[in-house]
Amino acid sequence: MSADTSLSPPKPVLSRTARRGSLLGRLIRGGITASGIFGYVFLYAPIVILIVFSFNSSRFVSSWESFSFRWYGELFKDAAMGTALKNSLTVAVSSTVISTVFGTMVSLAMERRRFPGKMAFDALLYLPIIIPDIAMAVMLLLFFVLSKFGLSLMTIIISHVAFNISFVAVVVRARLVGFDRRLEEAAQDLGANEFQTFWHVTLPLLMPGILGGALLAFTLSLDDFVITFFTAGVGSTTLPLRIYSMVKLGITPEINAVSTLLLAASMVLVLVSLLLQRKGGAPVTDLA
Amino acid sequence: MSASTTTNEKRGLLNFIRRRPGLQTLVLIFPSLFWLVVFFAVPLLIVFVYSFLKRGPYGQIVWEFNLGNYARFFDPLYLKIFARSFKIAGLTTFFCFLFGYPMAYWLATRPAKWRNTLLLVLMIPFWTNFLVRTYAWILILRDTGLINNALMSLGLISQPLPLFGNDFAIIVGLVYGWFPDMVLPCYAAIERLDFSLVEAAQDLYANEARSFLRVIFPLTLPGVVAGVMLVFIPSLGAYVTPDLLGGAKSVMIGNVIQSQFLTVRDYPFGSAFSFVLMAIMLVATLIYFRVGARTA
Repeated sequence: MSADTSLSPPKPVLSRTARRGSLLGRLIRGGITASGIFGYVFLYAPIVILIVFSFNSSRFVSSWESFSFRWYGELFKDAAMGTALKNSLTVAVSSTVISTVFGTMVSLAMERRRFPGKMAFDALLYLPIIIPDIAMAVMLLLFFVLSKFGLSLMTIIISHVAFNISFVAVVVRARLVGFDRRLEEAAQDLGANEFQTFWHVTLPLLMPGILGGALLAFTLSLDDFVITFFTAGVGSTTLPLRIYSMVKLGITPEINAVSTLLLAASMVLVLVSLLLQRKGGAPVTDLA
Repeated sequence: MSASTTTNEKRGLLNFIRRRPGLQTLVLIFPSLFWLVVFFAVPLLIVFVYSFLKRGPYGQIVWEFNLGNYARFFDPLYLKIFARSFKIAGLTTFFCFLFGYPMAYWLATRPAKWRNTLLLVLMIPFWTNFLVRTYAWILILRDTGLINNALMSLGLISQPLPLFGNDFAIIVGLVYGWFPDMVLPCYAAIERLDFSLVEAAQDLYANEARSFLRVIFPLTLPGVVAGVMLVFIPSLGAYVTPDLLGGAKSVMIGNVIQSQFLTVRDYPFGSAFSFVLMAIMLVATLIYFRVGARTA
């Protein structure tokens, strides 16, 4: 998609009729513009409301009293929240490291090598992305119960790696598709062996894709609720699980504060991840 | 001396690997293959096998092949849940299209230098925490939420509107959650559209409605179909949204699966339910790729 940006924008179709002053044309044009603006308001209003109310001093969630950091203060005093944050980070970091290494390796094989059963493996690689969360969650739960894995942070990490490999692979493969292999040939012509070529040419060029994939994996892991909910053991509560149980107990302003922090964290991570991928010329929208 | 032997050994190992591309490929795919087989394919197979077993009186598993779990879908209780899930997913998809297609059209007709930024701004909420975004709607929709509070303080209503704990709330939450999934493929299709065809239609005296229905819409249909798939499939398998926004009566397929596994502990029946959900999703995806291959 980004390749098309050099083209001139499509001519506004309705301009001719609008010049004619047709009422229908003007109505349609107005409706289209309105839907564009409405779309952004719809997407951002709930987020803005959540953020605004996290600074509300009132104990009642829906009525505004005055600006305050009170609920952020409460958060820092909440020991269970601290444990949840630590668990979330442990899971996110471990699953990101493992899935980034494995996902990058498998991408190199998928884009550059032939091997028997490649088509089937390609399908297996995409399935974790398209399968409903709830289905993946229960099948992992059943598997862990039957194989007598005790549910713990470890089972959450294993499950997160299982879906993150696929997401990392999508991002890294997009980067590999646009890869100019002549650069590697040039390095080899200049006497570099395969390993030097990989280390000094291929890997640095792939880096934006790898980092983009890693950040995406980190965000998905940090945000995941459904799969974590089913594969978490006692004492392995992550932030989303903590938020969920708080919501189920009753809405408190503290939830707004922790939600705002989590939103801010994932927004920053996603923005950096998307920008990194874009730098490589891979379409931002490939993942949608 | 020892340094040169290690370099020689290293070189020997490098040459050994270099001469074996098959081994290199195996090394590259093995970790992912192992992980996805053990922690994805095998669990999938277990769910499939379990869906044909039976739950004993004490919650244990009875190894006796039977189709009883699948027959239970025809229980009116579960048929109703299936019907409601399809209705909610269908309405979600419809509203996503109704608001998403014009927005995609608007985006695709913006100046090129703005388009990528606008897309980025569209994508950001999509990749943030789904649970938190769903929770935000509780603040807006519940009886003491923003909408009801505002309307009541303005004196427009005396009783809170039933916005929360029902199908309506679930549909709002799902449309919110999957809206960009409709906009992006529609946008991609509209952006690729050759607008000279539309001009040709208008030169031939087609009015706006006609040139949309006969030219623009048919040419961008593949994008719409992709959007419909991307919204319908996750909506049908939704779990968090109905759990948080729907009431006790607004139960969807995902909630049944959850309660079978975590509350009732009827693993075989829960397995059958999740297997049917996956099968619907897989069939839809396959049909989509067949149709997509034909139109492309």
